[in-house]
Amino acid sequence: MQYSQKVMDHFMNPRNVGEIENPDGIGTCGNPVCGDLMTFHIKVEPHSDDLNAARISQIRFKTFGCGAAIAVASMASEMAQGKTLSEVIQMSRDDVANSLDGLPPIKMHCSNIGVQAIQEAIKDYLKRIGRQDLAVKVKGCPKESH
Amino acid sequence: MAREEKCIYLDNNATTPTDPRVLDAMLPYFHTMPGNPSSIHAAGRKARQAVDSARGRVSALLGCRSDEIYFTSGGTESDNIAIKGTCFAQEERKKIITSSIEHHAVLTVCEYMQKFGYELVKVPVDRHGIVDLDFLNRAVDDHTLLVSIMHANNETGTIEPIQKIIEITRRHGAIFHTDAVQTVGKIPIDTNALMVDMLSLSGHKFYGPKGIGALYVRRGIRFDPLAHGGHHERSKRAGTENVPGIIGLGEACAIALNEMTAEELRLKALRDRLWQSIWEKIPKVSLNGHPTERLSGTLNFSVEYVEGESMLLKLDLEGICASSGSACTSGSLEASHVLVAMGIPHALAHGSLRFSLGRFNTEKDTDAVINVLPGIVEKLREISPLYQR
Repeated sequence: MQYSQKVMDHFMNPRNVGEIENPDGIGTCGNPVCGDLMTFHIKVEPHSDDLNAARISQIRFKTFGCGAAIAVASMASEMAQGKTLSEVIQMSRDDVANSLDGLPPIKMHCSNIGVQAIQEAIKDYLKRIGRQDLAVKVKGCPKESH
Repeated sequence: MAREEKCIYLDNNATTPTDPRVLDAMLPYFHTMPGNPSSIHAAGRKARQAVDSARGRVSALLGCRSDEIYFTSGGTESDNIAIKGTCFAQEERKKIITSSIEHHAVLTVCEYMQKFGYELVKVPVDRHGIVDLDFLNRAVDDHTLLVSIMHANNETGTIEPIQKIIEITRRHGAIFHTDAVQTVGKIPIDTNALMVDMLSLSGHKFYGPKGIGALYVRRGIRFDPLAHGGHHERSKRAGTENVPGIIGLGEACAIALNEMTAEELRLKALRDRLWQSIWEKIPKVSLNGHPTERLSGTLNFSVEYVEGESMLLKLDLEGICASSGSACTSGSLEASHVLVAMGIPHALAHGSLRFSLGRFNTEKDTDAVINVLPGIVEKLREISPLYQR
């Protein structure tokens, strides 16, 4: 199994690591039982329920997992930074894998959960601002990975 | 890559570097001594003599007769012949017993035999990886054809109480096979004293070449061949002998016979010193495997809050080759079946590291680990959501 140079770069120098004090949303995906777990904190500006106006102004993550999981979280955080919520909701796992110049096939399912974890944080944000109705429409993390 | 030159190789349970003495013994048999042992001419006779002599050296290490040794391509083939071969040679007994921590070369073969109507029982292990003898005692009966339990585990190094297992097995007239690829050449084995029926060994696990192994079969034990063809290996394993490999295996056995007692002590001291330092410098680490009944070169432990593959990748970038029981390194999505069977929580199994030391390792190598591992763990813990300072 061989990781791309981009994966190794993000693994060795992960971007946006950490947590945010008083975040607007927190999202988690994965499970230590399957070996990969990631948590994202986001800040949203402006504090709007207009998904095309509200943007992710700050994003931080923490990951327990293999090299791929760390690189995925780092890359997904970079891709989501500054984007509107609707743009992030439309991001897919493949977008992250492609931006990393691919992932080994075995890593595509379990480790490639960065997008879902960020979408969980968006769901959390929408719930916090009282838009449960919008939150349920965001896919987020598949149930078996909670 | 330049990195390969300074590779500190601490993965000797996976495979070992071929000993230069073994390589020297093998080299003439590639070109200057080209004979096929089955040929009648001088070159053939020389090859035959060399193969016979190597067979004698293997049997000397195991304390058996040389006609009880069958050369194979390695541990996996030996295990396959032992299990399938005994099944195919009879029809009366239809039960196989193995352990939950076997190498896949045994586990998968036993599971395959269920297709042919064999009942399979897997004996559980305790938290140190020792098989449950009471369970085994209840499981073995007069329908049991074969009990196959490894001599020592490749991941943890835990050594099984083979003597007691054999006593239980023999009470019911079952055949006992052991996958001994991790112990042959490392600890003394006397097949006669043990009354083991079949034993698998592999050359590359103890400084021989890859692609050669052997199966010991006690005289009188019936088994069918898997590879049919010519009369090689007394018609039990057809195919022209791997002469250079066989010579290499013989040399590896002869070296081990001379050196293993001293080497075992040296490795134990080296390993215990490594573990002591890791334990002192890294909080929240726990040993996997038996504290004393364990191969002297094997060190397996779990690092809390951190995943194994990410540690391996960082060690690799520092030029250190090791191994882990994390899902990421098994090629599947499951953590090590061995650690899980021992009752180790999944997260800790994913966070396991194995350093297996060997003949060519020195304190310089273990010092390198001690120098870099605490920093690697700390960095990964900093980004772990499971870790709270």
